[in-house]
Amino acid sequence: MSRFLTVNTMRTLLPALSLAAILAAIFYLQPRTMSYFGLNLLLNLAIPIALATIAQMFILCVNDLDLSLGAFVSLTACITATWLYDTPVLGVLALAGCVLAYAALGALIHLRNLPSIVVTLGMSFVWVGVAVLILPTPGGKAPEWIRALMTLKPALIPFPIIAAVVIAIIVHFGLMKSAAGVVLRGAGGNPLSVERAGWSLLRIKVTMYALSGFFGVLSGMALVGLTTSADANIAERYTLLSIAGAILGGSQFVGGRVSPIGAVIGAVTLLLTGSFLSFLRLNPDWQIGAQGAILILVLALRVLIDRSDKRS
Amino acid sequence: MEHDLPVVDVHGVGKSFGAVNALKDAHLVVQPGECVGLVGHNGAGKSTLMNILSGVLSPDSGTISFAGQATTPRYGVAEAKQFGLRCVFQELSLCPNLTVGENARITHPQIRGFGWRNQASELITTWLDEIFPDSGIKGDDVVGDLTIARRQMVEISRAFSSLDEQVRLVILDEPTSSLDKISADQLLAFVKKFTAQGGSVILISHMLREVLGTSDRIVVMRDGTMVADDATANFDRDRLVREMGSVLAQDAEESTTAKARSDTNRVIHIPATDGIELDVFQGEIVGFAGIAGQGQTEKLIDIFDASNGKANAVQIDSEAAFVAGDRQAAGVFPGWSIEKNISIASVRTMVHRYLIDPVQEIGISKEWKERLGIRTDDLSNNILSLSGGNQQKVLFARALGSPAQIVLMDDPMRGVDIGTKQDVYAILKQEAENGRSFVWYTTEMDELKHCDYVYVFRDGEAVAELPSHKVTEANILNASFDPATAA
Repeated sequence: MSRFLTVNTMRTLLPALSLAAILAAIFYLQPRTMSYFGLNLLLNLAIPIALATIAQMFILCVNDLDLSLGAFVSLTACITATWLYDTPVLGVLALAGCVLAYAALGALIHLRNLPSIVVTLGMSFVWVGVAVLILPTPGGKAPEWIRALMTLKPALIPFPIIAAVVIAIIVHFGLMKSAAGVVLRGAGGNPLSVERAGWSLLRIKVTMYALSGFFGVLSGMALVGLTTSADANIAERYTLLSIAGAILGGSQFVGGRVSPIGAVIGAVTLLLTGSFLSFLRLNPDWQIGAQGAILILVLALRVLIDRSDKRS
Repeated sequence: MEHDLPVVDVHGVGKSFGAVNALKDAHLVVQPGECVGLVGHNGAGKSTLMNILSGVLSPDSGTISFAGQATTPRYGVAEAKQFGLRCVFQELSLCPNLTVGENARITHPQIRGFGWRNQASELITTWLDEIFPDSGIKGDDVVGDLTIARRQMVEISRAFSSLDEQVRLVILDEPTSSLDKISADQLLAFVKKFTAQGGSVILISHMLREVLGTSDRIVVMRDGTMVADDATANFDRDRLVREMGSVLAQDAEESTTAKARSDTNRVIHIPATDGIELDVFQGEIVGFAGIAGQGQTEKLIDIFDASNGKANAVQIDSEAAFVAGDRQAAGVFPGWSIEKNISIASVRTMVHRYLIDPVQEIGISKEWKERLGIRTDDLSNNILSLSGGNQQKVLFARALGSPAQIVLMDDPMRGVDIGTKQDVYAILKQEAENGRSFVWYTTEMDELKHCDYVYVFRDGEAVAELPSHKVTEANILNASFDPATAA
């Protein structure tokens, strides 16, 4: 293996390469997507999914898993489409309350040493329940400013691409490059040693859950900005999409190994596999299965790369 | 220097875990500029003492003072750090997902703000170069990608590194265990330099050569207390080994000579790689001894793998059963009844028309409950209703009730009361006479006396073979440390 194609660089490049492959396939099948308008249409929904994937990644970073994310994004979408539209003050307070609730969950999981899967699975029913109370039937309206932001048409580069890059870069610097981010990630790698160095694991967990809640709220708001209305199950699929996207982007379930840029790329890749399969005129009944097959393919490639690392 | 206050003064510290007295009345004084060597056999209390000093554990009794200042009752990790105490723990405490520089930032919260990454990187590489010149480790290497030896170097350098605070005392717990000779020598040379500049070091090592060559004073621990404390010049290897063993006990009583071995009934053979070859014959109890973690458990697992058909260096023909020492992690099925926990290893013999024959299942469990004296009224009770010792008996019953002719035991008596032990020893003897073979890794000297042959392990290999009449604490200690072989 040459010096520049080490296992490490291959591991980092794999998410980007899978995205490039799927994009190339789409361009080949439907050359008209290779335009400003086409890309805009193709990648529209990438923003909320990317935000949700980032939210999931924060939880993965401290060796937990969030099974309530889809329900939580649905709830915040419902709040955005109703309270934030009707009475902005109440809406802002409610969304801030959602972030606080996530922080409290982090504290609960840490202090009582509970499995995050159980707690978040239980909470997912709470979120859906509250969402149904707020918005019993599909409806609501997107606040004008969110709608305006999500339908921006900047010159040259479509808005979803700019947004995805900005999200990836901000989180990359915050979590991967800042001095504070190191401690947050260290808590996923070796909690005992971080604690022995005098840091509070409780504070770290609360911070990570609050960040996750914050990005969950952003995801719900972005989603409403695109769909202009909400319903209580609008983001149901986001739970598994966000986990799959983060893993596809190179994050791991344990050990604090995460990648914000990878997570955004993974989310976009997953979204595009859906379009790719539509362009193939695949029966929609088979699409979810085919999406799973693509996921398995990419993860299998990663395992192969890791294996070759061990062997050398 | 005599007028200086000691860096640390441990006075009459005691600590017990349940019924086990890990430390009793421990005393330790370290002067500025002094390197104190701390030696002792498994379970002598060294690690407990270090955990108490570093604030991870709090003592049950006694006092600790730093530079004449007594610690508060709420003494913890943060306070220990403030006193300038640093630890290199035996199990590595770096975050494998972070880079070398990022790991330095974890222990130095004052590195922050713009340019912190370069600052952290520079700090750690400066100390790496100081202690291990030419290590070739860079600040942006991810720790998980480094070899164990290099991780150890980073860990050690990080402990000595300082920005504006003073590092007064560094505790090194087996620091050379994964370093090669050259790096180990570099470290020991640095320790001398560090103490010459007024710093203090506590060096815990089972490499007696290193302790004798580096420390100014040596403290020997045995059974949770200090048994010797003297200038290094007054020690030699023989005296250290002597002090570590129980001087009063046995050694005089020569037990029966080992059974003669004949080549016809050999059941396990492992050819020598670095050490000596290892044999187990039918009807023998063979012990694995040595310092904990020298590859005894791994060798047992190798044997077990080989008995299940995996190809490795071990030659074994018959089936083997495994008795785990770590009950919680690898022993009991917590949701199951006692009866099912016993019979699980024997299901294949109980199958009748594709189903498990309940009569036979109960039969096996009943038989072994009687023979081992498992204290329960009802075998269908959950296994967790039993005391720890009785749970361990269930694991023995599982192995002995199975058809396997070889039983591998991984320090199975940890935390088991003496009564249970006596019961089990008797059964082992009886089963061995019936032709079963046992391979028994134990950290307790007394248990090795039940063995026909004992293999002493060092660095993952058997290095000495002792027939039962030569199994004495002195012989085992002698073979456990340093290359000069015993007996």
